[in-house]
Amino acid sequence: MMMRRRTTLLTSCIALALSLGATACGGGDVSAGGGDKPLNGQTINVAGVWSGSEQKNFQKVLDAFAEKTGAKTQFTSTGDNVSTVVGSKIEGGNAPDVVMVPQVGVLQQFAKEGWLKPLSKTAQQSIGSNYASVWKNYGSVDGTLYGLYFKAAHKSTVWYSPDALDEAGVKTPTTYDAMLKAGQTVSESGLAAFSVAGQDGWTLTDWFENVYLSQAGPEKYDALAAHKIKWTDPTVVEALTTLGKLFKDKELIAGGQKGALNTDFPGSVEKVFGPEPTAGMVYEGDFVAGVAKDQFGKKIGEDADFFPFPAVGTGKAPVVSGGDAAVVLKDGKNQKAAMEFLEYLATPEASAVWAEVGGFLSPNKKLDLASYGDDITRETAKSLVDAGDSVRFDMSDQAPAAFGGTKGAGEWKLLQDFLRDPSDPKGTAAALEQAAAKAYKG
Amino acid sequence: MTATLLKEASPPPAAPADHERKRRARRRARVIALAFVFPALLLLGALVVYPVLFSVGRSFFDASGDRFVGGDNYTEMFRDPATLTAVRNTAIWVVVAPTLLTGLGLVLAVLVEKIRWATAFKLLLFMPMAVSFLAAGIIFRLAYDEDPEKGVLNAAAVSVHDAFKDASSYPNARARDGQGLTKAADGSYGTTAAASPGDTVGLGLVGVRAEDLPGDARPAYPASGRKASADELRGVVYLDFTRGGGGEQGKVDRTESGLPGMKAEAVRDGKAVASATTAADGSFRFKGLDPGSYTVRLPASNFAAPYEGISWLGPALVTPAIIGAYLWIWTGFAMVLIGAGLAALPRDALEAARMDGANEWQIFRRITVPLLAPVLTVVFVTLVINVMKVFDLVYIIAPGPVQEDATVLATQMWLVSFGGGNNQGLGSALGVLLLLLVIPAMVFNVRRFRGSQR
Repeated sequence: MMMRRRTTLLTSCIALALSLGATACGGGDVSAGGGDKPLNGQTINVAGVWSGSEQKNFQKVLDAFAEKTGAKTQFTSTGDNVSTVVGSKIEGGNAPDVVMVPQVGVLQQFAKEGWLKPLSKTAQQSIGSNYASVWKNYGSVDGTLYGLYFKAAHKSTVWYSPDALDEAGVKTPTTYDAMLKAGQTVSESGLAAFSVAGQDGWTLTDWFENVYLSQAGPEKYDALAAHKIKWTDPTVVEALTTLGKLFKDKELIAGGQKGALNTDFPGSVEKVFGPEPTAGMVYEGDFVAGVAKDQFGKKIGEDADFFPFPAVGTGKAPVVSGGDAAVVLKDGKNQKAAMEFLEYLATPEASAVWAEVGGFLSPNKKLDLASYGDDITRETAKSLVDAGDSVRFDMSDQAPAAFGGTKGAGEWKLLQDFLRDPSDPKGTAAALEQAAAKAYKG
Repeated sequence: MTATLLKEASPPPAAPADHERKRRARRRARVIALAFVFPALLLLGALVVYPVLFSVGRSFFDASGDRFVGGDNYTEMFRDPATLTAVRNTAIWVVVAPTLLTGLGLVLAVLVEKIRWATAFKLLLFMPMAVSFLAAGIIFRLAYDEDPEKGVLNAAAVSVHDAFKDASSYPNARARDGQGLTKAADGSYGTTAAASPGDTVGLGLVGVRAEDLPGDARPAYPASGRKASADELRGVVYLDFTRGGGGEQGKVDRTESGLPGMKAEAVRDGKAVASATTAADGSFRFKGLDPGSYTVRLPASNFAAPYEGISWLGPALVTPAIIGAYLWIWTGFAMVLIGAGLAALPRDALEAARMDGANEWQIFRRITVPLLAPVLTVVFVTLVINVMKVFDLVYIIAPGPVQEDATVLATQMWLVSFGGGNNQGLGSALGVLLLLLVIPAMVFNVRRFRGSQR
């Protein structure tokens, strides 16, 4: 035990040093409330990975809460490594009251460490009535509900340049095979069909997850995510083979496999929406729109549009998602106020505040779709909410980081190898199983 | 303190008491010495000895630190191919980088002595030392980038290559399967069916963007209908793709453009007997052919992919590339140290050699290098220790897909302990391995220092 405490301390110090260096842990504005309000004089500290415009927009939600209740709120950006930063804050006796947790795995880790307070009755009721039950499950650990999913990501969207598809004369496809066929036509028009960001392993895991969820179905998906079935399962080999059909075709991928492995995520968006497009479509989550709009000045809905990731084989079209869950820490100083904040976040009212400014999807089905600022976001939000209980969380985010979240190792690295040479799906599945077995054991 | 010293210095009064007092004085001196050393010992203990012992202890525990696993981490370490790659790469680093650096430093130091603007030159070479490894890593990551538009090294490689060899005009053009053209092993396309003089053939290609067509390209439709006379073979190379879809595949539609500047050959019995270049509307003709059957071939040179430069950060070259960046930073250091040693060389030996008629190479070989040997060894060993712990450059320069091919022990240690693996037991074992490898070099250096003090 002693050993363990020391190690955590060491990790925390390092993480702190890194995060100080990398992200300038900035505290948000303190917004003061006034008048005769129930939470007058109380301060809620919220920590989350958001920075930049996301932090600014979340601040609007905090301000709205302050306005309503009179509580003061303060937001701290943790940088990428939430778990180590929050861990060090708890050890240092300076725990935030609320943490916005970006991954299911981290939420489970927090719950197992005993850091989390179960949600109040009111919050649980709102989640019960406002959310599809899949969100409740992803917020629960061993049957206790700890997390409220406030913000979601939609990772089953294929973004395309309408010009490119028009020039090739193809319509947006609804099956995987039709997508490959449309891709073939696009490439005959002289533009590569897809730009794949192979340099970032996570985009490849997302590709795989969509194909797998649609082809093998949600039950298998859950089992694989929990490593209850092996990666050598025939369904995995089948999904890899299906994905390989795309990966091995030089004409479908911008720059061929080699070019894809040299393309990072922003680069892949640039290849479709940049000043000199070399590809017609790029697959990634709803955040592609943000990059296309902010970096390349594209008008979303006109110069950049999306179609849902098509169904593979006889399966249903997949909806892979991700999201940030709000949790209350036991060590926080204002737990009651913090719980009230969570109850507020569960209301459509809170989601509407951020939805209006954009860059936000809510899994809350009571939120009026009219609250979203533009049509494309409205469509993605509708698709997410309509998918109901068939939504699945990003599998690599559920896996231990050593397998699903490490640059140059585990699933990221193995799928990159698969992209380099897609000829042996069986071998790749075996290598994945080997890496997974090691990571899930550790 | 002064009092003590005075007492020690005072002359001894009586014999037996004197002995006793001397011993006491010596003991006191020892205590005082200890008191002086204590802060340093404390710091060393807390910052060096304790962490080392802690890591050694930690390496016998599992990932969570709760369970004693004995030597498991060490066996696991050598079973993991990534560690073996790391060991191999570290070995390459340790052998190559210090050798090259010492060699380069020596050559530069000797040469710099002989030029006029020595100080300015030294300053220039020393400058990269002032750049942090992180910044240097980012600079080199960009310099090595594979895309010639971004990476300066590949931009140079590509422009040199293209100066000697022309790029083809239709690198991405290809034919659809089963529409009259077959791709040969060498990348050329030939008509599947035979044609005879008097025929007009259509060769449809796809994969060229309408925007990328040469400015003088004209629709191919009129040319495709032209009749060939009895001794000529006519044809048209066209883009078989109608904007916005539609159009019939394998037929020249009205809007479809010709592909100008394409080389075409008439082939008979595997030998090219006539060749032509297509006109603005994609048409070509071979005149004065003997009767018989021919195939028309579009040679591979039309479709040659553009030269893409060198894959600096590919699995094969990544370690040498990173060592290159390391050289850029440390050459100045080696040069300045060796230069200082050079300045302290006894001039008379050099003069004497010169008087005896030795040439510069002989002086360098027989006098400068042997006399400089102690300095060279110190530089070499210091660099060996330094290279063992190289981390930042490797971590920053190597892109994700080749991270594992470039990994060294220090990066592996970090990745395993904090970079996702979160197995600090295994990480500590790697740390211990690194320590064991550094110790010989340290012992050697300490010995040398002691030797030079004597």
